[in-house]
Amino acid sequence: MEFSKELDARGLNCPLPILRAKKALGEVESGQVLKILSTDPGSVKDFAAFAKQTGNELLSTAEAGGEFTFFMKKK
Amino acid sequence: MDTKKMAIIATKGTLDWAYPPFILASTAAALGYETQIFFTFYGLQLVRKDLSVLKVSPLGNPGMPMKMPFGPKWFKSINWNMPNAIQAVIPGYENVATALMKQTIANNGVASIPELRELCQEAEVKFIACQMTVELFGFNHSDFIDGLEYGGAATFFEFAGETDICLFI
Repeated sequence: MEFSKELDARGLNCPLPILRAKKALGEVESGQVLKILSTDPGSVKDFAAFAKQTGNELLSTAEAGGEFTFFMKKK
Repeated sequence: MDTKKMAIIATKGTLDWAYPPFILASTAAALGYETQIFFTFYGLQLVRKDLSVLKVSPLGNPGMPMKMPFGPKWFKSINWNMPNAIQAVIPGYENVATALMKQTIANNGVASIPELRELCQEAEVKFIACQMTVELFGFNHSDFIDGLEYGGAATFFEFAGETDICLFI
């Protein structure tokens, strides 16, 4: 998937992945996609909840070898 | 849609209890909430310039696991809980427990309190310090970080009365 910016939140724990993502979303334009890497298992539910509450669209969530990849489209 | 609002009263002044208000406030801000924290009684320690005053005490806290943040896995899994009577007479026990806790926090990729507090401030979380307790405890405004407002219970209610979420921590 194409993306405009990548955020490496691996090794960070709650609530840092969400806070860093919020900041990163502030640095892209509306409609652009942010790719987020995380190792926090709690971030799967957290990013879904973040998207639902902020209106930014969570395009996909994937897991491979304990690493999570999210693609989020800025509102 | 109106902006959602959250108010927190922070009343605890230890390292462990510093986390809930700052985690919730910074996350709420990231979710678009207008957020305010009212610091009162021991909670005032959370807005001191010098955050090294924040310690964690295992004394009288049976829920706190005492584990080592280094060494092989079997060693890290040992629980070193000691009877209160022994903890109470070892000088510097809290300092050691605090140092170990800070190491555990860093090992787990959990933010430090200075970092979380800064993230709250960047996200424009409003900090109000209870003026009554500032005087009661003999603090000066110069003991606290910049950007604080000072007020009383009525100041808290002005914002809290309009919130969607209101927590006492």
